[in-house]
Amino acid sequence: MANKNSEALKQPMWLNNPVLVQILGICSALAVTAQLKPAIVMGLSVTIIVAMANVIISLLRNTIPNRIRIIIQLVVVAALVTIVSEILKAFAYDVSVQLSVYIGLIITNCILMGRLEAFAMQNGPWASFLDGIGNGLGYAAILVIVAFVRELFGSGTLFGFQIIPQCCYEAGYLNNGLMIMPPMALILVGCVIWYHRAKNKDLQEN
Amino acid sequence: MATKKFRCKVCGYVHEGNSAPEKCPMCQAPQSEFEEIVEEGAAAPKKGLNTNSNVYTIVYAAVMVIIVAFLLVFVSQSLKERQTANVINDTKQQILAALELRDLPDVAAKYDEVIKADNLMKADGSLVAYNGDFNTSYKSEFDNGNLHVFEAVVDGKTKYIIPMNGLGLWGTIWGYIALNDDRSTVYGVYFSHSSETPGLGGEIAGLKFQSRFPGKQVVNGNEVALQVLKFGKADNSSKFEIDGVTGATITSTGVNAMINKVLSAYIPFLTKKESVECPDEQNVESID
Repeated sequence: MANKNSEALKQPMWLNNPVLVQILGICSALAVTAQLKPAIVMGLSVTIIVAMANVIISLLRNTIPNRIRIIIQLVVVAALVTIVSEILKAFAYDVSVQLSVYIGLIITNCILMGRLEAFAMQNGPWASFLDGIGNGLGYAAILVIVAFVRELFGSGTLFGFQIIPQCCYEAGYLNNGLMIMPPMALILVGCVIWYHRAKNKDLQEN
Repeated sequence: MATKKFRCKVCGYVHEGNSAPEKCPMCQAPQSEFEEIVEEGAAAPKKGLNTNSNVYTIVYAAVMVIIVAFLLVFVSQSLKERQTANVINDTKQQILAALELRDLPDVAAKYDEVIKADNLMKADGSLVAYNGDFNTSYKSEFDNGNLHVFEAVVDGKTKYIIPMNGLGLWGTIWGYIALNDDRSTVYGVYFSHSSETPGLGGEIAGLKFQSRFPGKQVVNGNEVALQVLKFGKADNSSKFEIDGVTGATITSTGVNAMINKVLSAYIPFLTKKESVECPDEQNVESID
C-alpha cells in the first residue's frame, strides 16, 4: 500500500507526466509561460487545488450518482477555486492581484477534471492527495522549463531581472519575439515531449 | 433463494448451489479446495441506497447546490470587510504610485500625508471638494460625469492626479496620471490591467514603460496632444510622443485611446489659466 502511494506521487512527475504523457493542461501551459514568475505561481496554485479537489471527491466518491459525477466534480472545483480566490483577496491581496486571471483559469485546467475522474473516483483520500500533489508538481515542472526558455530568450530576463548583458544588445543581439508568442510555447512543449519519448521508448507509438 | 457460487481452487470449476460439492466433478479435489465467490455487484444494494436512481440523483444535486451556495455566501460575506479595505488600500497605493511613491510600508499614512484633496471638476474647469466616501471605481465615476482630480503636495509643490480607465486587448486597463502645477507637464504615471498578456501588454504595468512619461506635455493649445505610438515610431525628442510596448500594439493603442478619451473630458481644467485659480475664495467673498 505504501508502495502504491509513493507511485501515485512519483509517477506523474516524470513517467506519467500530465502534460507530457496525458497531454492535459496544455492550454494554460501556453498562456502563462511567457515569464517565469506567473508560471511558478500557476504551477503551485494548480498543485494545491488538484490535491484539495482530489481529497474531497475521493471522500464523496461512493455517494456520487454516476450520471452527474462530472457536474459534481465541476461544482467542487469551481467552489474551491472561488473560495481560495476570496480568501486571497482578503488576506493576501498582492498575491491575488498577481494571480488575477490565472485563478479563474485553474477551473478550466483539464488536469483537474482528468485526475478527479481517473484517480479520485476510484481511490482513497490519502492516495488521491498524493496523486494531486504529484500531478500538480509534474505540471509545474514543465511550466518552469518552458517559461525559463521563453523568458530568457524572449525578454533576456529571468524573474524580471536582466540576464543577457547590455553589451550583447549593443553588439547586435535581439530578443526573439517569437518566444513571447503562444505558438512558441507549443513548439517548446513539443520539444520536451520529444526528449521524453526518446528517453522512454515504451511510450512511443508506432 | 439465492444460490451461492463455489469455485474449485485446483481447476477453476464453478459449482452453483447452497454448499460446495463433496468432490469436484472435474478434478476430484475435496470439498476443502472450494471457495465461495462473492460477487461485487451483489454487495452494493445491501447498503440500502441506489445511487443511480432518479430521486437520489436529483436530491443529491439539490443538496450539493445548497451546501455550496451557502458556503460561498458565508465566505463572501465574512471576508467582504477585509476585501473592501484591501481594495481601498490598493487604490491609494496606485494613486501614490503615479507620484513615483512606490513600495511604501504604510500606504494609508503616506496617502493622508501627501494627498491634500479629492476634488470634482466643474464644467468651467474649477474644482469643488468631493464629499462622498473614498471611491474605488473611477470608471463608473467617469461615466456618471464625476470627474475626480486629486490634489497632492510633493516636496512643497502642488501636483494634480487624474484617474483614467480604458480598454486593452483582453480586458480593462486603468491608470493615474500626475501633472505638475502647470497642468500639462507629466510628473508621473501608473498603469495597470486586468488581463493583458504577461510579457507583452502586461508590460504597461512595468516601470520601463511608465518611465517614458515624466517630462512630456499633455496639452497643446486646447487639444490633448500626448500620444502613445507603436514601438519605434515615436520621436523621442518630441514633447508629446511616447513609444508603446514592444509587440503589444493593441494594448499600447488602448493606453493611447484611454489617455485621449479621459483627458479630453478634463480639458476645461487642464487649460484653465493659473491666474483664474482660487474661484472658491471669490465666491466666499461675494456671499459675505
